[in-house]
Amino acid sequence: MAYRVEINGEVRELDVPQDMPLLWALRNELGMVGTKFGCGMGLCGACTVHVDGVAQRSCSTSVSSLAGKKVTTIEALAESPVGRALQQAWVDEDVMQCGYCQAGQLMNASALLARNPKPSSSQIESAMAGNICRCACYTRIHDAIAQVAEKGTANV
Amino acid sequence: MSESMTLSRRTLLKAGALAGGGLMLTATMPMIARAATAAGADEATLSAYVSIAADNTVTIVGKNPEIGQGIKTMLPMLIADEMDADWDQVRITQADFDPQKYGFQFAGGSFATPMNWMPMRQVGAAAREMLLAAAAQRWGVPAASLRTDKGKVLDASGRSLTYGDLAADAATMAVPDPAKVTLKDPKDFHIIGRSISGVDSPRIVRGEPIFGVDTQLPGMKYAAYERAPTFGARLVSADLDAVKALPGIDDAFILKGDNPEHVVDGVAIIASNWWTANKAREKLAVQWDTGEYAGHSTAGYDARAAQLLAGAPQSELGKEGDVEAAFASAAKTIESDYAYPFLAHAAMEPMNCTALAHQDGRIELWAPTQNPQSGAQGIAQHLGIGQDKIAIHITRMGGGFGRRLTNDYMVQSAAIAAKVPGTPVQLIWSREDDLRSDFYRPAGWHRMRAAIGADGKLAGLDNHFVTFAKGGRVPMEASMTADEFPAKFVDNVRLGQSTIETRVPTGALRAPRSNALSFVYQSFLDEVAHAMGKDLPVLMLELLGDREDFPAVQGFGGMNPGFSPARARGVIEKAMAMSNWAGASPDGRAKGFGFYYSHLGYFAEVVEASLGSRNAIEVHSVWAAGDVGSHIINPFGALNQVEGSIIDGLGQAVELAVEIENGGARPGNFHEYQIPRMPMTPAIQVEFVTTDNAPTGMGEPALPPVIPALTNALFKLTGKRVRKLPIDVSQFA
Repeated sequence: MAYRVEINGEVRELDVPQDMPLLWALRNELGMVGTKFGCGMGLCGACTVHVDGVAQRSCSTSVSSLAGKKVTTIEALAESPVGRALQQAWVDEDVMQCGYCQAGQLMNASALLARNPKPSSSQIESAMAGNICRCACYTRIHDAIAQVAEKGTANV
Repeated sequence: MSESMTLSRRTLLKAGALAGGGLMLTATMPMIARAATAAGADEATLSAYVSIAADNTVTIVGKNPEIGQGIKTMLPMLIADEMDADWDQVRITQADFDPQKYGFQFAGGSFATPMNWMPMRQVGAAAREMLLAAAAQRWGVPAASLRTDKGKVLDASGRSLTYGDLAADAATMAVPDPAKVTLKDPKDFHIIGRSISGVDSPRIVRGEPIFGVDTQLPGMKYAAYERAPTFGARLVSADLDAVKALPGIDDAFILKGDNPEHVVDGVAIIASNWWTANKAREKLAVQWDTGEYAGHSTAGYDARAAQLLAGAPQSELGKEGDVEAAFASAAKTIESDYAYPFLAHAAMEPMNCTALAHQDGRIELWAPTQNPQSGAQGIAQHLGIGQDKIAIHITRMGGGFGRRLTNDYMVQSAAIAAKVPGTPVQLIWSREDDLRSDFYRPAGWHRMRAAIGADGKLAGLDNHFVTFAKGGRVPMEASMTADEFPAKFVDNVRLGQSTIETRVPTGALRAPRSNALSFVYQSFLDEVAHAMGKDLPVLMLELLGDREDFPAVQGFGGMNPGFSPARARGVIEKAMAMSNWAGASPDGRAKGFGFYYSHLGYFAEVVEASLGSRNAIEVHSVWAAGDVGSHIINPFGALNQVEGSIIDGLGQAVELAVEIENGGARPGNFHEYQIPRMPMTPAIQVEFVTTDNAPTGMGEPALPPVIPALTNALFKLTGKRVRKLPIDVSQFA
């Protein structure tokens, strides 16, 4: 069955099984591989996207549940000032080691700052607790978010 | 601490075959002769590593696989600095697997820094000399009258030419002998020592395809692979028709193999998307012959280890002095049993590989591998083809930690692709596949005994080590040697060994052997120190004495330059100062200490911890002092490795274990294998002690000492000694 889903501002037609997760539709049907597979059970956060601006696990979100909703992926993160500021902070702070989880970290961090532009340190920790970084770059992820929260997005 | 074996034996043998019979950490001459490269049409190729475009862009090849250790940034920094390039004009490309051109291409053992510090600098210096020669010819002056400055050649009058201006001429100059090039005075380094962000990071934050699993080829199909839940099981039959009849399934077929490092029996399912292929496994009925190891379990291994420890060791691995006499005349003896579990690697990017069997018999792979040579050898052996028929593109990897030193997933993908010539196939493992089909850090057991003499000094140390064997042979990652510290620093030392036969696959996990032995030895020495009424760092300094150097300990290929007590003392004293070791901790907290020498790096670490509600362990601060030589090449990358290693080690101590059940591994997904998350991150302070030694690697040596530093802190806090990992907090109740 064909589903119409708005992804990064463009309506895409997906002729996929009803229960196919968004993650695999993005990666294998649309060739948008920025969103990463980590666990398939919503446990690690590597596949985080925004659905109507809220961070959601694309491995556990079926394509058929997305009618009328707006999906944003890492490929469109730079379209928001917060997204651009986070991308810049990630590079400036040399946040990553392997980098595989970072698309999910960035999508979760940008959703956090969208709803709470000035999170406290413990709010950052609890908001990001669902995203595993196996390389354990947590200090830098935390500090990059705090830096964007402090400086704002005026310069990006 | 006499840790010198950093790779599994099989990896070493494979690497040795490449390196011509021996793996040498001494600087080998780089092969920099100009060869056909991937340089663009407007680029002039100076060597296998360096090309320069007319617009001054310098393209440098990163030869080694990037797993997050930062090598794709760090090795080109060495070249760029010696060629006096302007880093802002440098672009890095990843080398394909090409040992003829690049020599040893490998990510493991923290080898890349010591092996490449000099050769990569020579590559850069050679390029600089070619640019100087080109300018000298252009201006008709001696090259010795010229100098370089960040992408330019200048003469005494101030005339200058950019590297882009000179590139075409420089490419026609003779390639200098790397042994004879002039290297920079380190005071002139302007890239080495600078914090430089990862060269791939801008692409990663935009979500661009860069990892192995991001590979996309025209007409590509996806494969899932079903294998037995029991190690060593053989496939009896599989109902392929039921799977082939499912919507969206292109094909399903059986692969046969009994080499876990290559292929084990299983069923490959092919579809146009991976989710459909993987989901079809639910409908796949396979009959397995589970074999004689189906009853194996962690509980069974623990029971067998207890039996073995109660008896005499099956073999003696080494002895110095007279241990029996030391115990007979001891004023005090201590005996404790230590144990640690199997661990998984759990790299974030699940195992995967993309392969295309060309119609002419060549196999082309896009492989996330730490060890492409071993992958090529495995594929050649399994498929019965020559290695010259195998081409490997090395992709960036979402973590390695040693898992991707073993290339079973590569061989599987080649074997699957070989069944569908002309169609590229991407094999992806689920997280469950990853956790249940790993090459695990082996569990181990130690009965430690210490004799303290009438003079209050450590007089003897005895260890009965119980480990695993396969076909009677102990694999490298499950082995230890009799010169483990404090051997050589104590007169009477003995190591006995007993083994348990297993089929559980084992392999190198970040800081192999050291990640377990550090816990056992530094915890037990903390017990000894406590019995003597002193602190572990004080005992360590006493044991080390005032010796400046130490003869090379047992190691392979002469690669181990020996253990330096002076360097060990340097980091121990630094960590004591940084952590205010002698000072009191805030109420309810305590500090613990650990030191370890592994992978040529010296690290002393102090952990300050407390117990929260339900005795949950809270680590507040970690102070780490490291000595990895004269230069921290990229402080960004170095600090990232130390911080990551510390959190990795704390996670292992507090939480992680792979249980073996019914001959297979139990963890299904991350809910059963709890990787550390942001809220448990402590404050981490890192300082490097620089010494006049060639720089060494950062991927591993900061991990081992943090585990005993934590368990020793918990002893100080509670009086309860942690002798088994992961830590069972119920003992603190």
